[in-house]
Amino acid sequence: MQSLFSRAVLFAVLVVGSATLSFTNFVFATEYVTIPAGSITSVLANDAAPDAIPIAAFAMRATPVTNGEFLNFVNAHSVWQRGRAPATFVDASYLNGWRSATELGDSAREHQPVTSVSWFAAEAFCESEGARLPTWMEWEYVAAADETSTDARRDPAWRARILSWYSRSSAVPIESVGGPRNAYGVSNIHSLIWEWVDDFNALLVSADSRTQGDPDKVQFCGAGAISLKSRDNYAVLMRIALLSSLNAADTTNNLGFRCVRKASSSTAPPSIPAKEKK
Amino acid sequence: MNRCHRTLTILAYGLLASFSVWAADVPLANDSVYQLEISLTNQDGKPMTLLEHRGQPLLISMFYTGCQFVCPRIIDALKKTEASLTPAERKNTKVLMVTFDPEHDDIAALKTVATERGLASPQWAIARTDDRNVRKLAAALGIQYRALPNGDFNHTSVLILLDAEGRIVAKTSTIGGADPEFVTEVKKVAKQKIAAK
Repeated sequence: MQSLFSRAVLFAVLVVGSATLSFTNFVFATEYVTIPAGSITSVLANDAAPDAIPIAAFAMRATPVTNGEFLNFVNAHSVWQRGRAPATFVDASYLNGWRSATELGDSAREHQPVTSVSWFAAEAFCESEGARLPTWMEWEYVAAADETSTDARRDPAWRARILSWYSRSSAVPIESVGGPRNAYGVSNIHSLIWEWVDDFNALLVSADSRTQGDPDKVQFCGAGAISLKSRDNYAVLMRIALLSSLNAADTTNNLGFRCVRKASSSTAPPSIPAKEKK
Repeated sequence: MNRCHRTLTILAYGLLASFSVWAADVPLANDSVYQLEISLTNQDGKPMTLLEHRGQPLLISMFYTGCQFVCPRIIDALKKTEASLTPAERKNTKVLMVTFDPEHDDIAALKTVATERGLASPQWAIARTDDRNVRKLAAALGIQYRALPNGDFNHTSVLILLDAEGRIVAKTSTIGGADPEFVTEVKKVAKQKIAAK
């Protein structure tokens, strides 16, 4: 029992230590919440796929990555600063709301979600904390929840509430992260911003065109195409339409991201010495 | 910096440029695909990088060996494009194919394709990398793909021409044969390289 207790203390120290040590400008408690395994009937149906797609357990950032957190990242990894990051990875409007390459300024507050970041930059940020971007299916799985249920997608009130956010003007400044959590403990998944996913370039690979057009201009390979199910889930379909229209270096002023990592890493920090595992 | 030093520096860079030497201190083009630091392994099990292709044009495409219908036609298109070049142009143009499916496409699988289709190294590299790098390379090349539950992949079939700096200069989705416009572009880039030598 005692060793269990001391391990718990060590764990707490390591978690707090690793959360504070790595930040130079702002100190943030990076909160990942565990998302239990389950399955999702995605709006992206695939005729080669079963109706419900299994989702393994993972851990997701409770809130989108903020300007303050991204500033810490570019301070630690200067190759990702505006003006330094190669054009292969970021377009000309990368972090254009910041006062300078290393200052936020009035139009980019510390606790606002970071936007105008490319897929490559978002990936690099997540990798820097041992994480990655969520897959579309993981994102949609979490986004199906409301405050009380893990799948509220058939609730007309829920759909109306989400749609009302999408109709808001993008000229209004983005609010700070936080606020109400859904049933998984995740905030802001529908409010505030659009979010990158790891497989953004896999969403609308259009139908296998074997049967149509010039056989020497066949674009796609493999059986099974994507068709859209749940066409009335308009809010989520808009996300897919946006993401699939993007290139990996593109940025927009309302597109940000959050990271995910293995579920186990939130309960077992990698820095625990081997002897402590006995 | 005094004037003499500056003149010497300019002279030194001029010499480097005129001999077309890719010295480490000449920064890689900002918009080069080779900005991606990816390690690959070819069909002979030899490790390689994207960056080592700097200095000559490269034809690049992505495929997977389990693909029965479209991918063989991507190889046909690459072979026919290559066959449209003069021997000098061909010598200066390497071909790199990277699999979408590192889980199933091990070195042996890549070697089998290379042998069956007569794709000999060092001219042809049939290569693999890890999952994360497959996603990044596809992203940098503008290629869409997704794994299907039955083991197949949906993917865009495209041949991409990179110049000596690794910048995308032309693409074609014509497969099975050579796209004449694409061949013209390849010849143009290959000639530039020959002229620079």
